[in-house]
Amino acid sequence: MEQLMAALVTIIIGIFAAVTWFWGANWCLDRLLPVRGTDAFRNGRNIARAGLIRPWLFLGPAILTLTLYLIYPAIASLWLSFHDKSGQAFVAAANYRWLLSDPGFRESILNNFLWLLVVPATSTFLGLLAAALTDRIVWGSVARSLIFMPMAISFVGAAVIWRFVYDYRAEGSDQIGLLNAIVTGFGGDPQAWIALPFWNNFFLMVILIWIQTGFAMVILSAALRGIPEETIEAAVLDGANGIQIFLRIMVPQIWGTIAVVWTTITITVLKVFDIVLAMTNGQWNSNVLANLMFDWMFRGGGDFGRGAAIAIVIMALVIPIMIWNIRHARTEKEGR
Amino acid sequence: MTKNPLRWAVHLSVVLFVLLWTLPTFGLLVTSFRDKDQIATSGWWTALGTSTQSGMFRAPQGAGEVEEAGHFTLTGSVFERTGGTVAAFGFNSKAPNAFKPGETADLGEGKALTVGRDGAFTLSGPESFSGKRGQRIFYTASVPARFTFDNYRAVLMAEGLGRSFLNSATVAIPSTIIPILIAAFAAYALSWMQFPGRALLIACVVGLLVVPLQMSLIPLLTLYNAAGQKFGFDPKSYIGIWLAHTGFGLPLAIYLLRNYMAGLPREIMESARVDGATDFQIFTRIVLPLSFPALASFAIFQFLWTWNDLLVALVFLGPQDDKLVLTGRLVNLLGSRGGDWEILAASAFVSIAVPILVFFALQKYLVRGLLAGSVK
Repeated sequence: MEQLMAALVTIIIGIFAAVTWFWGANWCLDRLLPVRGTDAFRNGRNIARAGLIRPWLFLGPAILTLTLYLIYPAIASLWLSFHDKSGQAFVAAANYRWLLSDPGFRESILNNFLWLLVVPATSTFLGLLAAALTDRIVWGSVARSLIFMPMAISFVGAAVIWRFVYDYRAEGSDQIGLLNAIVTGFGGDPQAWIALPFWNNFFLMVILIWIQTGFAMVILSAALRGIPEETIEAAVLDGANGIQIFLRIMVPQIWGTIAVVWTTITITVLKVFDIVLAMTNGQWNSNVLANLMFDWMFRGGGDFGRGAAIAIVIMALVIPIMIWNIRHARTEKEGR
Repeated sequence: MTKNPLRWAVHLSVVLFVLLWTLPTFGLLVTSFRDKDQIATSGWWTALGTSTQSGMFRAPQGAGEVEEAGHFTLTGSVFERTGGTVAAFGFNSKAPNAFKPGETADLGEGKALTVGRDGAFTLSGPESFSGKRGQRIFYTASVPARFTFDNYRAVLMAEGLGRSFLNSATVAIPSTIIPILIAAFAAYALSWMQFPGRALLIACVVGLLVVPLQMSLIPLLTLYNAAGQKFGFDPKSYIGIWLAHTGFGLPLAIYLLRNYMAGLPREIMESARVDGATDFQIFTRIVLPLSFPALASFAIFQFLWTWNDLLVALVFLGPQDDKLVLTGRLVNLLGSRGGDWEILAASAFVSIAVPILVFFALQKYLVRGLLAGSVK
């Protein structure tokens, strides 16, 4: 309780500090470069100067925080990846050479590629399907709300929910996990799903797909509704059926949005960590890069060089998407 | 006429979709209210019916026995909490179902045991039962469904979830508010002030949106440790994690708010400027109130993200018991209480209750934020 009070006090101090900074700096600026009197030349010069400085007062805290928490660490990570475990001695590319030869890394990056192939595609497809279906029925918004709900659940919470679905009891006793109950109900043998090498990856992916489908659905549903009516009416007049209209008329018009959803989920997949930690902690050949990195950060006092090298690999996989995003944002602005 | 089956197909597929997306959560929710013995022996989908359960009851050591002419009888019920119907019983683990209810089992040395259908047992013998180990009674019984809050009581008190709940709130609330303060001013500058380098800064923010958190962890951890050593404070503090969440959430905050503010009508700003309002006044009196929907969207995002986060909390708060947030506690429980679903289910629902409430109450803003936040 007292820490919550401390948190509230901090919030108040924080708000106070922010107001003091923004208001105070602004006030100082107005004092230092006053606009009054009759000296038109001086007033004009002061307005221009204040106009040059003021944006940076507004931006100052943000730039400082972004630099300290994102830009400096990114550069430092790159630097650390060329140094040994304590970050002192320069080791050139030794960490990267180690990566290439390490079976744990190979397993993780292969699994990551598997995730990248399966999760964004499946989530986007299911999201599109759910959006198209729910747009057609009366209780669609309720259905959408329920499909969207897993988005609010933490990855760890989702992992607990799905571990219960995958729960395994020895053959002969009653299965309390839904999946094994269904399998034995159809006469199959119960399996310890998350301990099946290779296939367990897919059972873990199901969790992320379950979470991300709602996100895909919400965005794609808005895009579908933004399609001009005329194009669909024209297709109806030409005698197209529902599926043709959907695949040939509607989907091509929302390609841009599909790409956005796809890339957003791709980035989430690259960072996936909680699910693997909570489900298997990388056992049974299910490790991924983010979990491997967390492992190396703390294993045996931590190997910061190797950890940083793995982080750089994750970053390298994100960079193409980052460039695409920036270009996209720019063309969007010019088009406006 | 051909439309009708198609409509049905649509309805059916949506029903299937919704079932697939809610059943796993629903199953765990039902489980969290079930009796722990029933959880372990039957699936949650049977929760409303009776379940067959095997159990062992140890008779008390003589307490309540009655002596009658050198003959001792001890009576009681094998059901401690639930009622039920006994299907079979036995007195050792090799043959737990040797006798039908009502039959008398000969325990040797003149002792006899009988268990009735309703679970009432009678143990009799020539010597007192006190001072010896209580007689074990094995039984198989069908037990009616039993729902309880015991699991929640157990996790909140004994498993330290109450403490973790407070920790999560302590982390999430300031981590939601601080970035808004910083981002709102920056977003205004980026949308309504003219200065050199603005386009570059916007591009930077868009780029930083996707930088994986993992890039920042090690250098920040080193920085925190070094600063802690130099100035003599604990590097794993709440202030540290608030600032870390602020830094990681800032790109999205600036991006969302800028997109929204840039879309506000230009005429309002210009007429205010003509009336002599300064940038500061325009921002606080006009732009900020108008931007409420965007502020709310971001606040919900950031709250859900910080409440649900595990990685940042593990790295910057550490795994000590008194600083564990809910997600960290859940991971620990998965390790230490992996098979105790009554504990796991109740804990999971304690941890997801708040985000689910926020989700259903403020879904409108969440959707709006999502639509604005994905790079179009």
